[in-house]
Amino acid sequence: MVNYIWAFFVIVGILYSFLVGNTDIINTEIISSASSSINMILTILPIMCLWLGLMNIAKESGMLDIMSKKISPVIKILFPEIPKNHEALGLISSNIIMNMLGLGNAATPFGLKAMKSMQSLNKNKDAASRSMITFLVINTASVTIIPTTVISFRLINGASNPADIVLASIITTVLSCLFGLVLDRICYLIWRRKYVYS
Amino acid sequence: MYIANIILPLIVLFIVIYGIYKKVNVFDVFIEGVKEGLSMTLQIFPTILAMIVSINIFLKSNILQDITIYLKPLFDILKFPSEILPLAILRPISGSSSLIMLNNILSTYGVDSYIGRVASVIQGSTDTTIYILGLYFGSIGIKKIRYSLLVGLLSDLSCIIISLIVVSILF
Repeated sequence: MVNYIWAFFVIVGILYSFLVGNTDIINTEIISSASSSINMILTILPIMCLWLGLMNIAKESGMLDIMSKKISPVIKILFPEIPKNHEALGLISSNIIMNMLGLGNAATPFGLKAMKSMQSLNKNKDAASRSMITFLVINTASVTIIPTTVISFRLINGASNPADIVLASIITTVLSCLFGLVLDRICYLIWRRKYVYS
Repeated sequence: MYIANIILPLIVLFIVIYGIYKKVNVFDVFIEGVKEGLSMTLQIFPTILAMIVSINIFLKSNILQDITIYLKPLFDILKFPSEILPLAILRPISGSSSLIMLNNILSTYGVDSYIGRVASVIQGSTDTTIYILGLYFGSIGIKKIRYSLLVGLLSDLSCIIISLIVVSILF
């Protein structure tokens, strides 16, 4: 499926640019986007190192365990497949907390670690497990309490009260996340049988 | 804004103090984690390059802008503000381009307009679904993503619809 999505973007993009005749832009874009991924990696690298360093302290000091125990009643309902006191629970809660605080950059390292940890529990290494999908739904719905980037863009554009959208934003993000989780459950129940023997 | 500036230092402070309190060799352990960060970043680099190349080819072909133009009459019938449409389509695909789009909308229609507020709420309450799916699944070599894309995109859609309703009620 990832294969198809990736190919879809490339094929449709190039064919469409042939169709409307802006091949010049695509021509330069193919090369420049590859090099812009280097820039991206260079911005991700220090953040990744910093947070995984801090996370390691939190792990060794037992803070992650405490966190996963505190949040576990909620997380357990969402992730019934992950065994109690498993490392993945702590990582998932750290990721969610970072996202809530609007620290998206810090959330990514925890998210990647959480995926790795869930992959170790996964029986079919090629297919996404149920917990992974639930985790991604929470991540893409991104429950954020303070959307800092949006607020700063509103400030730049001269909003009288740039943070006045916070309440609307919280209500929306919580409702759409709940919707996503319900949908996730429904899809799991529908497709459960199909994947039992795979 | 001010709260956001305090959060990060507080988290760092708390982690380090708690580590010292629990007699962890904080420096050594920190370095261990940094090493892990290095290898992890190298590990996700191929995925990031692949995602960025394909997404950028798609975006730069202008297909999305053209689709919005064709779809406009349809959305006018549905009473959906078509000014939001480019942002709504871009948001799940690319974080940086949807931010540019948000900026355009804010400067064109005004920050305190209905359109401006809805756009801000959409940008603030969803994330780049397709990018996250590609990165997270790609990093651990998952090939069958099952129903995750469906659920992710449908909850993005729900977010847009909910934000239209919530903003019209609150403001």
